Amino acid sequence: MSDDRVEMSFHLNGARREARLRPMARLSETLRDEFGYTSVKVGCDAGDCGACTVLLDGRQVCACLVPTARMDGAMVVSADGLAANGFLSRVQEAFLRHGAVQCGACIPGMLSAATEIAAAHAHPTRQQVRDGLGGVLCRCTGYQNIVDAVMDAGRDPDPWETPIGGAVGARLPRTDGVAKVDGSAIFGADGIPGDALWLRAVRSPHMAAKISIGDLAPLHERHPGLVKVLTAADIPGNKCYGIYPDLKDQPVFALDQVRFRGEAVLALVGERAALDAIPDDEVPITYAVLAPIVGLDAALETGARQIHEDKPDNILIAAALRRGEGDPSNCAHAASGDWRTSYVEHAYIEPEAGYAQRRGDRLEIHVTTQTPYMDRDEVALIMDLASEYVHIVPTVCGGGFGGKLDQSVQPMLALAAWLLDRPVACVFHRPESMMVTTKRHPARISARFGCDVDGRLCAAVMTADFDTGAYASWGPTVAGRVPVHGGGPYYWPNVAIDARAIFSNGPSCGAFRGFGVPQVALAHEALMDDLAARVGMDALEFRHLNALRAGNRTATGQLLAASAGLDQCLDALRPHWQAAQNQVRRHNAGGPIRRLGVGLGCMWYGCGNTGLSNPSQIRVTLSAAGRVTLYNGAVDIGQGSYTIMRQICADALGIGVDQIEQVTGDTDLTPDAGKTSASRQTYVTGRATELAGLDLRRQILRLANAEENAAITLTAGTLVVGETEVTLSRLEADGNGAVLVGNGVFDPPATALDANGQGEPYGTYAFAAQMALVEVDMELGTTKVIKIIAAHDVGKAINPTLVEGQIHGGIAQGLGLALMEEYLPGKTDNLHDYLIPTVGDMPEIEVILVEDPDPNGPQGAKGVGEPGLVPTAPAILAAIKSATGVGMHRVPATPDRLRAGILAREAAQ
Amino acid sequence: MASYLRPTELSHALSALADGNLTVIAGATDYYPAQVGRHDPHDILDISAIEALSKITHDDDHWRIGAMATWRDVIEADLPACFDGLKAAAVQVGGAQIQNTATVAGNLCNASPAADAVPPLLSLDARVVLEAKSGVRERPLGEFIQGNRRTALETGQLLTAIKVPRALEGGRSGFIKLGARSYLVISIVMVAGLVVLDESGLVRQINLSIGACSEVAQRLPALEADLLGKPLDQQLSAGIVAPRHFAQLRPLDDHRGTAAYRLDACETLTKRLLAELAA
Ligand SMILES: Cc1cc2nc3c(=O)[nH]c(=O)nc-3n(C[C@H](O)[C@H](O)[C@H](O)COP(=O)(O)OP(=O)(O)OC[C@H]3O[C@@H](n4cnc5c(N)ncnc54)[C@H](O)[C@@H]3O)c2cc1C
Ligand code: FES
Ligand code: FES
Repeated sequence: MSDDRVEMSFHLNGARREARLRPMARLSETLRDEFGYTSVKVGCDAGDCGACTVLLDGRQVCACLVPTARMDGAMVVSADGLAANGFLSRVQEAFLRHGAVQCGACIPGMLSAATEIAAAHAHPTRQQVRDGLGGVLCRCTGYQNIVDAVMDAGRDPDPWETPIGGAVGARLPRTDGVAKVDGSAIFGADGIPGDALWLRAVRSPHMAAKISIGDLAPLHERHPGLVKVLTAADIPGNKCYGIYPDLKDQPVFALDQVRFRGEAVLALVGERAALDAIPDDEVPITYAVLAPIVGLDAALETGARQIHEDKPDNILIAAALRRGEGDPSNCAHAASGDWRTSYVEHAYIEPEAGYAQRRGDRLEIHVTTQTPYMDRDEVALIMDLASEYVHIVPTVCGGGFGGKLDQSVQPMLALAAWLLDRPVACVFHRPESMMVTTKRHPARISARFGCDVDGRLCAAVMTADFDTGAYASWGPTVAGRVPVHGGGPYYWPNVAIDARAIFSNGPSCGAFRGFGVPQVALAHEALMDDLAARVGMDALEFRHLNALRAGNRTATGQLLAASAGLDQCLDALRPHWQAAQNQVRRHNAGGPIRRLGVGLGCMWYGCGNTGLSNPSQIRVTLSAAGRVTLYNGAVDIGQGSYTIMRQICADALGIGVDQIEQVTGDTDLTPDAGKTSASRQTYVTGRATELAGLDLRRQILRLANAEENAAITLTAGTLVVGETEVTLSRLEADGNGAVLVGNGVFDPPATALDANGQGEPYGTYAFAAQMALVEVDMELGTTKVIKIIAAHDVGKAINPTLVEGQIHGGIAQGLGLALMEEYLPGKTDNLHDYLIPTVGDMPEIEVILVEDPDPNGPQGAKGVGEPGLVPTAPAILAAIKSATGVGMHRVPATPDRLRAGILAREAAQ
Repeated sequence: MASYLRPTELSHALSALADGNLTVIAGATDYYPAQVGRHDPHDILDISAIEALSKITHDDDHWRIGAMATWRDVIEADLPACFDGLKAAAVQVGGAQIQNTATVAGNLCNASPAADAVPPLLSLDARVVLEAKSGVRERPLGEFIQGNRRTALETGQLLTAIKVPRALEGGRSGFIKLGARSYLVISIVMVAGLVVLDESGLVRQINLSIGACSEVAQRLPALEADLLGKPLDQQLSAGIVAPRHFAQLRPLDDHRGTAAYRLDACETLTKRLLAELAA
């Protein structure tokens, strides 16, 4: 690309500017690197995600596809320039008001597109809004709140009201919302120091090969800007990492072989331009290619090459659950089937990014992550340092969904920065992100369910194999969750479930919203429909009859003491279900080409780690100046933990949300609140926050000798408790300036599972039932989801807007799983070929919140991060079957697969 | 070091092209995605500042879509009904940002088998104007695109305009795209058509094209012949369309759809398009 700079003059974010710029640099690069407008996000550099959307002469364009030269004489506005004189634009305000923002990575692009729409139409129609936003992907929100915001952007903003004492349950705007709409939020790639060196991994193009690295001296000679080549030999500590202490099997850099396409062999560190100029094939790596093991059949074949020396038969883990002796074959009615699912990619809009810096004998890593404490400990092991010597500073995280629970850039950056004593940065490009990071496990599931003549479930048998790919990652978790959840949210006297995770030379599969449960839900829900049909019962009533309720024992033998609201979710759906069935019947009467169908999906989901301790700690302090600070380590990856913890804390203390300042996820500053996964933060860290708030409140009351429900009023430097004034400056402050410190720790009650999978694996369970209405084009096999009604038992909605947002986003991902998402290594390593839903694919979503409180959750709350996704695909597949008669046993149900099913059914009739 | 040129005059562009091996960029929406994760600098000729290329105009005989006319320009231009198919294609290309920057001419030059401009323009009997320092040539679109990513563009030539005969202005046209999602999607199959009826309502001319089912989008001469002289009536034309009309297509089996599915969809979409044109 041309490096000769050219003089240009232009209007940029309201100012007239002149500058000498590189004409062929992407405009996104120029806006970020030359002008510091980091609101311009880079999600793909290929026009596919729209995160870089800016306005060029008032028209939305992908800045990654525009040569900088086109700025000359033009006017450019990015999200950084939308606010004027310190006031947010109406569009920005509307985004905050409608809860349109989650992780925020897509938001600057969305705002640019929305601004173009608002300029063209004072009162846009929904279709106009969709057309205007169609080129910007969002992986978090399901788009509904964004569309609502754009439609409502003409309205003047109302002043916010923050209720005292009623923070929990209020639809408060996000704590981090303003920074995410004005573009100032710093994501993984946004805060990289100007003097940083860059790092690029050189990765295997082969799925399996023995490797050797040749003489690196000639490479250094040819490329003086190359500062260091890092290999496994440079690593002082553990050469491999992994989630489980006994399963650290994934090398930072390949040792003697590579086990998947994209595995890092070494890393180049140097000046950015110098690295760009080194083609991979100049790097002296020799690959002796091995025949790769692709897919479950190849991995399980007798005599198959063993991928890991210590893992015979390529089995990573096998887990079983046995309860009762009953067999579905002996039941009055039985139904069975087999299902297959594909690799699914997280496709967060922000690729992995960060930088590391050595500070004396400590390492500091700024990184986009879901799990700063695990990052700290893992990096410490790799670097052979004590944990205290590693400081993780999580940046704003542009989406995770489980994909940022593993190491990506962290170990490589730590090593480079440590050895070179310079800041070192790394940003994955989209194909790298897709090729290298974990996926949802492809699964093969066989199941047989039986019930008695009255429709009561008797016995379930299921076997589920998961292709876990090259390294263990979170594979064992899948095997842990699947037996517990495989029978679905129903009462089963007899259950036999076997789940295995199998190694292959595919990409490593790890955590992805639901850890295997979305896959098995396809099976349990399809079988529930089949059994209902055999018994002659309505599909909803059949589920209602069998729903797990408080007082039941689960398949693991756990007594559900409270908070099992599936029956209430189904009650809430019933009128919609009946109306939709009538609508479908009427519409389909004449045998039209576009048929309607309606289906149900139910789920339950254990919040927190399976059968393991997973505590969270929270600290709340009061300073002599009368300031309350919440030290919140529950990293907000868009789901809203920085907002709801303040809400919980405010009510526990009895003060206003505004009065709570917050220090967020930083391993030096905040106590360990565990990882943001497993739908645990609201429930586990939320409870710890409530306890910390109550602890501080107790101490305050004691100071004033006040009664339990005394009002606490805080003003600068004074604290009034009831009628008593307490002068805080008289109290002794600790090193952080705190005069009082409230602590909270919560570890959900859970016990390990025994050999038969019996025990109490989770402290609480979320429940949900969703209904999907779809239209299928019988001739083309295309499916349009028209409406989804989602009834979720969340215990207590701490912030209903955020809860609904989680459900909307889960539904979008569930829709993708059902209809379009299939990662094919080497074929769909980009967002052009790997399709995730756009704004045009999303149905109207109606969320019904059921609140059956959990006695341990903060004010009764449970998790909702993953539950939104689990029932969606089963509901859509059921609706497809209702429309077409075709039961799809393979997802995604792409148009060609569904059409083949329709043709096969017609031929059979 | 790679060079960059952005002339404002066509003649400068043509001279530069004659002198060196330059990579032309128009909207650059096909150019940049191909550079991800690569470092291979090109000498660039950016034609975006050439005013003369940006217009959609007509003379007595032809409509002319300039090489810098974007999909948005097509959507916003006041064009006769025979361009409805091209407009329908335009609003379905990528998302709004791509429509705002990508050019119709670039879509032809890029010569993807799934290029959405090709079927509607084949149906419009479009010709491309190829200019070089040494002179101007015209070619029918069907000859210009020669294969997957292969065109008849010679060194030194620039595609300066797409020409459509005004004789077709009285025709009705349509376009149907089948993709696996809405927005930002590459066609699994697309069909385009243009029909001109005589006074008694019989088909005088019908041009049908299918894309994404062969290396280069194709017209359907056998089907066109079978429809000629018939009334354009929904039932009748649907009854005529048969698998043999698509026998020349060689669709791919890929992650967007199986070959069998594509062929099956061709027939369905063609029937639907005819119904749309008859309505
Ligand atoms: C996110 C995304 C979505 C897309 N969606 C679609 C879609 O739905 N349908 C579709 O068909 N395409 C789609 N495309 C492809 C692309 O946008 C189109 O092909 C576009 O019309 C190309 O025009 P351009 O001006 O950007 O071409 P450029 O990238 O500038 O050029 C494309 C090629 O043509 C050559 N070229 C361009 N103009 C001339 C000229 N005048 N003379 C000689 N050579 C020339 C260039 O050298 C280059 O090889 C999409 C692309 C992206 C990134
Ligand atoms: S970064 Fe430009 S579209 Fe994705
Ligand atoms: S909020 Fe849209 S991608 Fe996260």
